[in-house]
Amino acid sequence: MLAALACVFAGCTRDADPRTTITFWAMGREGEVVAELLPDFERRNPDIRVSLQQLPWTAVHEKLLTAYAGDALPDIAQLGNSWVAEFAALDALEPLDARLAASPSIERADYFDGIWDTNVIDGHVLGVPWYVDTRLMFYRRDLLAAAGFQDPPRDWDEWRRAMATVKQRAGTGKYAILLPLDEFGPLLSLAVQQDEPLLRDGDTRGNFESAGFRAAFDFYTSMFERDWAPRMSDTQISNVWNEFANGFFVFYINGPWNIGELRRRLPPGSDALWTTAPLPGPRGEGASVAGGTSLVLFRGGEKHEAAWKLVEYLSDPAVQLHFHALTGDLPPRRSTWADPALAGDEPSRAFLNQLERVKPTPKVAEWERIVIEMQRAAERVARAGADRDATLRALDTEVDAILEKRRWIINRKLATP
Amino acid sequence: MNSTRAAWLFVTPALVVIGVFFLLPVFAAFALSLTDFDLYALADRDNLRFVGFGNYLDLLRTPLFWTSLSNTLYFVAVGVPLSIAVSLAAALLLDSKLARFKGFFRTALFAPVVTTIVAVAVIWRYFFHTRYGFVNYVLGLVGIEPIDWLGSADWSMPTIILFAVWKNFGYNMIILLAGLQAVPEELHEAARIDGASFLQRLRHITLPLLKPTLLLVAIITTSGYFQLFAEPYVKTRGGPLQSTTSVLYFMFEEGFKWWNLGRASAVAFLLFVLILGVTALMLRLGRRGESA
Repeated sequence: MLAALACVFAGCTRDADPRTTITFWAMGREGEVVAELLPDFERRNPDIRVSLQQLPWTAVHEKLLTAYAGDALPDIAQLGNSWVAEFAALDALEPLDARLAASPSIERADYFDGIWDTNVIDGHVLGVPWYVDTRLMFYRRDLLAAAGFQDPPRDWDEWRRAMATVKQRAGTGKYAILLPLDEFGPLLSLAVQQDEPLLRDGDTRGNFESAGFRAAFDFYTSMFERDWAPRMSDTQISNVWNEFANGFFVFYINGPWNIGELRRRLPPGSDALWTTAPLPGPRGEGASVAGGTSLVLFRGGEKHEAAWKLVEYLSDPAVQLHFHALTGDLPPRRSTWADPALAGDEPSRAFLNQLERVKPTPKVAEWERIVIEMQRAAERVARAGADRDATLRALDTEVDAILEKRRWIINRKLATP
Repeated sequence: MNSTRAAWLFVTPALVVIGVFFLLPVFAAFALSLTDFDLYALADRDNLRFVGFGNYLDLLRTPLFWTSLSNTLYFVAVGVPLSIAVSLAAALLLDSKLARFKGFFRTALFAPVVTTIVAVAVIWRYFFHTRYGFVNYVLGLVGIEPIDWLGSADWSMPTIILFAVWKNFGYNMIILLAGLQAVPEELHEAARIDGASFLQRLRHITLPLLKPTLLLVAIITTSGYFQLFAEPYVKTRGGPLQSTTSVLYFMFEEGFKWWNLGRASAVAFLLFVLILGVTALMLRLGRRGESA
């Protein structure tokens, strides 16, 4: 008895686990759900044990950076696509090109191009997409039909007409579209539809005064000026799903997780009232942002072989389908989408269409900060009526200041070959 | 001679601890604030640049820094007097001879100080919920329209102030209570015989005798309130429209969200200088009153 207790407290080194233990950091809901998949992986790979750590999304960025500084990174982690550039700047990610070339199961061509591209930095693949995220249009089918539109708008002109008619019918207190002023997703999605990039000069300066961004910015702010969208931030709307059910707004630009939320939260029998459509573009169906998370290996780890097996396992189409059933997350591989569970589901199908037209955002470490500044500029114009040209000029100046260090580093590298 | 050496010997451990854990970090932070230490420098020390007072000059040109400074000053200017007034009122009530169950009330009023801020913030969030909150319910009974306490830029800071005052007044109350109990009863008795009312006694006996305690309480509270962070962090994350972003919250975002540790250290030093200046001024004003 005593010996047994001592064994428990001392960790029982005598019967040390002969298996390779890899640490895996996963976040939020995915972190909870992936625990259900791991027993199957360990059964298939009896020599590997996975130690899973679940982290909340709000703390994970700080935690990863602290772990980098303290040399305590895990073997494998789930990393937001927009963070890949940042960790690449730290040189913390293991390039996967050789492993991918040798891998029998992960085929580059099977992945959506825009999503795959988010993980390619300076020609090296640093992550394998795990699940994808983009923004498209949710809309109230019944209200749009009542306004005389049987089909969702496909370009901006059609969209403008639909919003004007919807607003006219709805009167005051109800709106055509909801664009929370503290969310950068909608404006960013409209901005990536343009031909001009968001940053210029090798991603070292802001390009927010370009004609393309101006067009997206004007379209976005005009929706507030014409009273098609309420001047509200997310915190002012207590329950967006209730308001959607109430007909407070008809269009909503959001991500795939809302399919599940709407099915769960709207009153029973409401499923026919709404659906999704690809995001309208300036000329025909438009692009949208490529988001989601990828699986990455960190440099300097000694267990890359075992960790890579986990990446391959989690990228298996059958496992991804199971993962989709558990989370509602959208898989990044076309072959997974062939399954009737996804192909037969109407709201998801629009995402399949949209995923063929997604574009990555600029791959610089400072991007998250830049996009928040972009949204603050939009909020100043939409909410407080600030002058558009002056605001965009100030935004470019601010972004140039944020990217100053990046310019300095690139110039120095050029100077010392 | 020998005793001097002995004295130094006794003081040395304390000095070493202060040196290693206080002075050294302060100097290191100051040195850091003169560089542009950031993510790139973390990856490769060659990416570190000495920028002199560039961070400081840059901060003075950053609108969000000024916003956060004015938010902090708003919080201090309203929160400190309110907090001391509430503490004093509670201390006077507890000191009153008419009060019963003093032990119980002392504990009850002190309780917010020792509760966990995160747990309390959750309850307050429900309390101040725009639609379902108790506060708006009560206001509704007297015909006041619901107020968006944490969602509107005008009301978010008052809500944070109320929360901070409620959370902290118990601590000052205990100090003031001790001060009140040191006021000689005979003075009150004599004044009462002379026909002085409660307010007259408060103004001419209690407050003058309580002045050193009040000064201490004011300085501690002011320096504490300048370091506003946890309340907006758990309740509003600095929003809406950056209306609850305090200097310390701004520093946290610079340092730990964007990893600009050089700039964050500069913010810390500016805040340090500000607190030092304000408390020194308070101390001087307090002393001048004494000699007059």
